[in-house]
Amino acid sequence: MTFLSGNQALARGAWEAGVRYATGYPGTPSTEILEELVRYPGVDAHWATNEKVAFEEGMGFAVAGGRALVTMKHVGLNVAADAFMVFPYAGTNGGFVVVSADDPGMHSSQNEQDNRYLARMARVPIVEPGTPQECLEFMRAAFDLSEAFGTPVMFRTTTRTAHTKGRVRTGERFEAPPVAFTPNPRRFSVPIYGRQLRPLLEDRLTRLAAYAETAPFNRVSAGGHPIGVVANGISRAYAREVLPEADHFELGLTYPLPLVGLLAFCRDHQTVYVIEEGDPFVEEQLCAAGATNVVGKAVFGPGGEYSPERLAQAIDGRVAPAPLEAGLPLPARPPMFCVGCGHRTVFDVLGQLKVTVAGDIGCYTMGALPPYEAEHLTFCMGASIGNAVGLQRAGVTRSLAVIGDSTFLHSGLPGLVDAVYTRTPVTVLILDNGTTGMTGQQPNPVTGHDLAGAPAPAVDLEALTRALGVDDVVVVDTWDRSGIRRAVLAAMAHAGPSVVICRGPCQLLPEMRAQDRQPLVVDEALCTECNACYRIRCPAITPGPNGLPTIDAVACVTCAVCQELCRYDAILPLPGNGRGVAAPPAPANGGAR
Amino acid sequence: MTAAATSTAAATSVLVAGVGGQGVLLVSELVARAAIAAGHDALQTEVHGVSQRGGSVHSHVRFGATVHSPLIPVGQADLVVGLEKLEALRFAHYVRPDGALVLDPHEIPPISAGAEAMARYPHDAADLLRRRGLRTLEVPATDLALRELGNARVANVLVLGFLSTLLPLPPDVWPDLLAEQVPARFLALNRRAFALGAALGRAEDDAAARRSVGVRRGAIPR
Repeated sequence: MTFLSGNQALARGAWEAGVRYATGYPGTPSTEILEELVRYPGVDAHWATNEKVAFEEGMGFAVAGGRALVTMKHVGLNVAADAFMVFPYAGTNGGFVVVSADDPGMHSSQNEQDNRYLARMARVPIVEPGTPQECLEFMRAAFDLSEAFGTPVMFRTTTRTAHTKGRVRTGERFEAPPVAFTPNPRRFSVPIYGRQLRPLLEDRLTRLAAYAETAPFNRVSAGGHPIGVVANGISRAYAREVLPEADHFELGLTYPLPLVGLLAFCRDHQTVYVIEEGDPFVEEQLCAAGATNVVGKAVFGPGGEYSPERLAQAIDGRVAPAPLEAGLPLPARPPMFCVGCGHRTVFDVLGQLKVTVAGDIGCYTMGALPPYEAEHLTFCMGASIGNAVGLQRAGVTRSLAVIGDSTFLHSGLPGLVDAVYTRTPVTVLILDNGTTGMTGQQPNPVTGHDLAGAPAPAVDLEALTRALGVDDVVVVDTWDRSGIRRAVLAAMAHAGPSVVICRGPCQLLPEMRAQDRQPLVVDEALCTECNACYRIRCPAITPGPNGLPTIDAVACVTCAVCQELCRYDAILPLPGNGRGVAAPPAPANGGAR
Repeated sequence: MTAAATSTAAATSVLVAGVGGQGVLLVSELVARAAIAAGHDALQTEVHGVSQRGGSVHSHVRFGATVHSPLIPVGQADLVVGLEKLEALRFAHYVRPDGALVLDPHEIPPISAGAEAMARYPHDAADLLRRRGLRTLEVPATDLALRELGNARVANVLVLGFLSTLLPLPPDVWPDLLAEQVPARFLALNRRAFALGAALGRAEDDAAARRSVGVRRGAIPR
């Protein structure tokens, strides 16, 4: 018996299922799956440039007959959707499972899309676990399902299932025998033979629907209670908490639905609550099939994450205690750039220059938050450059794009090519911290090593952007505030598209954390209380008991940006290392993802 | 294919709250692992993403014979543990009427929220909670860890030591757990922090609060 998160259990399940190839792109709440899986023997696991590439690699491997796992967050499947919609026409040889990690409540996402609709559109079965144990068992079974029907399978998790830890019984690895691959254009050249393949897709769906009626993923516990519950995923746990006496139809296979069994369940109960986060995916299908006693989104409401108290309030009006307030609303505590983060200087400069900035997805999305508010539109991965081109062509001059190294390679590249091709004078800031920071420092093609830690070629961003046709490319130290200002002003004056690469490693990288750095201190004799050092909003600089700024010696990483701001040279290295004792352990699972 | 219609009502529920970097998740994970070591079922949950960026972090732990929901319903936590004053107040409404709030009166100004929000910092949170009739046990863990152990970062393990005297778990599960979960080079320091917190818990004179949380379960061998 081990204690595993949903993601860890899911990785274990994939390993036990005999997966030999696993790839994906980092994205909360899916990231830990590959990080866990790479530790197991016999699995070739790596990060791909983006979700579409990951999906296509997995397709190739599975068509060749091996079992492949592909992981991504919900919006990542949009990037891979082109492949996802076509693959089912051919179907797979070896087992193919794509993890879609959805995020009800938008804990760390830009939207709340329910990817079950994508699977339905693609005619792909959906497996949804509700507990860490099911993450393991259902994953094993999902590969069997995939091979039995020759279909890709969507394995849908949510933030709560992915990040809940519990006891898990593990098993042994099953060395899945490779399924033979014979080159066959009539099956695998879908654009040519799609019309012939189309009926096979419907036939497979019909067979899957028949299978769903007795699929072991679904469980019914009925004892003649007048109230019935149909629930999926983590909602099943909340339903058992709130309606322990009711009869429960627990769905683990949510597409295709066991409609015969579900309609019989509806007939046997006075009222049936359909409890599903996201959209009314099950509810609508039940109503379309003729159920008339189903209660769902009308009482539980649209959007957001479910919780026991949300269900209790909807079902019987039980109102949970409200948060306490100290007379006034409690101050929020939004996330912020880490101490010494190289993005802070960039947004300080951009805010000062009052330029229009299209942002992108990464830690630097926080540049849109106060006090900077220096990003003016942010939508999705790679959008910044295309958005800036559009702004510029609409007359918003001069438009800037801000994008990180990983996001630039993920989907920013085509936007920059287009800026060059359309001769649109936008300025692109590539914040190159050498890693995929927001999701917890995953290596990417600029890093120089791979997921397993092996050395890998590093993309040369200067050479790359020049090769695309950008003739004004400069690199600046991301902690050099005045250097960034000069570089951005010069790049904005350039007649064509220009690129400023702001470079400096993420402070959370292990090699940065391991550095023995001498923290800075405010010399009280020299400090004039001009408060210029607060300008950079470093969390390590706060007012001390005597009113003077003080620097937290434990937190300071000596980025020295405050030193540049101090005109009185009152910020100096602290004698000794200032920390007294060795750093204590970081929280065991304190990784930011 | 039937599942018993059991409820999680008999479970012990602990919510740990704090600021990214304080070690909230370590505390909750160790409580869950201790419960499992003692033979319980246990679930722990949190939302990742802001834990290293100075944001508000909280984690739910529930243990007992059967646990369904990893989320503690509002108003049903036996204990809310605040490693920071503002975060303790933010989650105080999770405490059940006969539960208790364990509070490190340490203050971390929410500077990312701006000066106007900083001015609303509830310095008198502990008094406020007591006035509302909530049993509030103050553990000056950050201050003690710094003064007694020379390292404020083990405040979380000090609080864990304190919790070990309140939770319905046998005391002998903790030493092995620390050895297993804390890197060897920091183990001695963490053991001292844990022992300091446990001593504080045993000395805690709010016996009524202890009874309400622990003895109600009838499972604290003390």
